[in-house]
Amino acid sequence: MSYDYLLLTIFLAIALIFPLVPLGLAWLWARTLSPAKPGHDKQATYECGLESEKPVQIQFQAHYYLYALVFLVFDVETVFLLPFAAMGFVNIPVVGFLSIMLFLLLLVESLVWAWAKGILEWK
Amino acid sequence: MNFIDLLKRIPEICKTPETLPLEGKKLILDFVTWLGSLVGIAVPPWVLTLVNILVVIVAIIAVFLIMFALMSVWERKILARAQNRYGPNRVGPWGLFQPVADGIKMLTKEDIVPRNADKVVHFIAPIVMLVPALILPVLLPYGRGMVAIDLSVGILFFFAVGAGSEVAIFLAGWSSRNKYSILGAMRAIAQMISYELPLVMSAVIVALVAGTLSPTGIVEAQGGYQFGFFPNWFVFTPWGFVACVLFYFSALAESNRSPFDLPEGESELVAGHLTEYSGFKYALFFMAEYVGMFAINGLLVTLFLGGYQAPLPFLTFIPSWCWFFIKLAFLAFSLVWVRATMPRFRIDQMMQFAWKFMLPMSFAALFSAAAWHYAGRGLLGWGISAVLVAIPYFALGYFCFTRHHSADNRRYLFSE
Repeated sequence: MSYDYLLLTIFLAIALIFPLVPLGLAWLWARTLSPAKPGHDKQATYECGLESEKPVQIQFQAHYYLYALVFLVFDVETVFLLPFAAMGFVNIPVVGFLSIMLFLLLLVESLVWAWAKGILEWK
Repeated sequence: MNFIDLLKRIPEICKTPETLPLEGKKLILDFVTWLGSLVGIAVPPWVLTLVNILVVIVAIIAVFLIMFALMSVWERKILARAQNRYGPNRVGPWGLFQPVADGIKMLTKEDIVPRNADKVVHFIAPIVMLVPALILPVLLPYGRGMVAIDLSVGILFFFAVGAGSEVAIFLAGWSSRNKYSILGAMRAIAQMISYELPLVMSAVIVALVAGTLSPTGIVEAQGGYQFGFFPNWFVFTPWGFVACVLFYFSALAESNRSPFDLPEGESELVAGHLTEYSGFKYALFFMAEYVGMFAINGLLVTLFLGGYQAPLPFLTFIPSWCWFFIKLAFLAFSLVWVRATMPRFRIDQMMQFAWKFMLPMSFAALFSAAAWHYAGRGLLGWGISAVLVAIPYFALGYFCFTRHHSADNRRYLFSE
């Protein structure tokens, strides 16, 4: 078990270093052979040739937030299902199985409610 | 032990392809011990453990990077053939050295960072994108006994780490201070969270049936043959077929591939969150996308297509790890095929499809899997399960996709 997590830790370290190597190489190349030539237009925000106006990080429509809320409900639900999944149908007693089904039916009901409310319509 | 003995073992290992990778690893460890004896010291066990770990990690990263390089050529070749042209064929034989040329070009390109961008986050985003993608393949069982770590919570770990790419995409979009970037990132988040639900749900169903969250355990649960020739893969049960299709399309959406590539839809959003990236940072995003795509399709192979099991009993002479990669290559080909064939979704269609079709269908698949199990996992269960999946399929199809048929009901939406 400790071997598994040691491997994961070392893998994480290597995965962090891995992208830095080519980025470093590219930086060295830029440093020695082709120095960057920044320019006013070159460093400008790309907007199909027009000057970028107004702040970018503006308010977005609240709809994204509603989706996020519904997502949260169902994502937490799958987290609750995972302990059952680790046991499997074979080891779950009938009462346990019925309680999962009840739980799922409540969630299906919430999905139906969200659907009827029109939350799932992309406007 | 001497060096000649080690060399003599190489042809022996090659004679048994089934255990070739495992024996190869042992050979490397013995080689390290031999090196130690050459210097005159006994190699301490922790060094051997470390070498073992490094061999595993280097092997995984190397295999997935080679697959990424081959895929970048293969994809362009297949797309070209689908469009009646030749594709890359100038660099090396059949254009096979194209990835090398691409890599050199990416390395030598000037890395342009916009004046307004948040420079630190702009730099971090590709790294955050690549790290989870590289770690994911560590969980997959490539062959019998060939799994780097057999986590008992493998599936949970996979999705927990895989969600890191969503954060990276938003970091990229937000730090670029570009309207296209941020719109693309917003869309990417909306799309990825919507399709994450059917993805996780269909994996949970498989775990419920197999009774374990460990990928190796799930593959072992699909071993054996029904009637002596029919593989026990989950894709051949009604609930498993539905879950597999849901997983396939959710995986497409999660890896932002066509027809779910709205976040990068070039006709609307230039390149989405990648608009302000150039040079090797762009290449890192590209690499992360492909490695993540291989990882998630490897999980699909593990969950539904029997992992490293052979499809027919008399085909077991082909080593198990070959079967895994054959299935993965088949899936990779199908992804390119889909990309060459399907037009891009419209965003409201895509969100509707996720919430009104895929999510209810994943619930239906769960109920159907329960019925299949409690009816005794035989032909009777097969029939009941098929009915339980077919009813919601036709009902949802009727409710979702036949209502908006009249032409005046259609609204044209610009990106928002």
